[in-house]
Amino acid sequence: MTTLETIVETLGLKCKCCWEKLKTEVKGGYAGDLLSDVMANSKEHDVWVTRQVHQNIVAVASLKEHAGIIIVQGAQPDSDTLAKAQKEGIPVIVTELSEFEVVGRIYKLLHEQD
Amino acid sequence: MYLEGVFQLRGRDFVDAGLVSSRIKNSLKNKGVPEDTIRKIAVIAFETEINIISYAKEGTISFYLLPDRVVIEAEDSGEGIENIEMALQEGFSTADDSIREMGFGAGMGLPNIRKFSDDFEIVSEPGRGTYLKSSVMLNGNYRAKDDQDDNA
Repeated sequence: MTTLETIVETLGLKCKCCWEKLKTEVKGGYAGDLLSDVMANSKEHDVWVTRQVHQNIVAVASLKEHAGIIIVQGAQPDSDTLAKAQKEGIPVIVTELSEFEVVGRIYKLLHEQD
Repeated sequence: MYLEGVFQLRGRDFVDAGLVSSRIKNSLKNKGVPEDTIRKIAVIAFETEINIISYAKEGTISFYLLPDRVVIEAEDSGEGIENIEMALQEGFSTADDSIREMGFGAGMGLPNIRKFSDDFEIVSEPGRGTYLKSSVMLNGNYRAKDDQDDNA
């Protein structure tokens, strides 16, 4: 089983909110910045990798029951985003790494477990 | 008697975007509605909510739990839709930059609503507003918890 914690530790990411939820299992992932695309195509227990930082990402992650959100390329979530994430219990993780690198490494981690 | 909730929405109120969808989803979960139906309704409710917030002055979203389906009904007063055929094509959007910057306005909203609906109806009058009704069928094994209570 791959958890968010495994991903955070292996890739050296930084958790900004909801540390207590890092034991959540990650079953897959979705990458995208168009919220309608993510709404339509992502699944429960996905980790969502994005460059969006405003609070509506929390609404999407919560509705889709994602394991957490990873914000890439050094972008920082708005303070409203973190407040909402705290309320909804959605882990928000940040990194300087590019979306391409994050996705590639998570994909490898998830499939090494197979 | 099957009306489960009515929610008011204000145009441009992106702060609370997703709240109505979340309430609808939780309510259906509490009623024991199957997960696959809830997944579809969550997408439909969210896109409907975003459409009202993005394009209307104000609007309402109602949802109904019927013995064989869940229905989302939305009515708004706003700019309406000039050409519904175009609006239903993926990629077509009249969103301004402020909407696009938030990751909306990709022209996927109405196509997604239609795609996840088993039955879909939309009527719009430019300058007046839009009416939308979307239904998702329940599988045959589901019986609403209220019905079970009524029969007890």
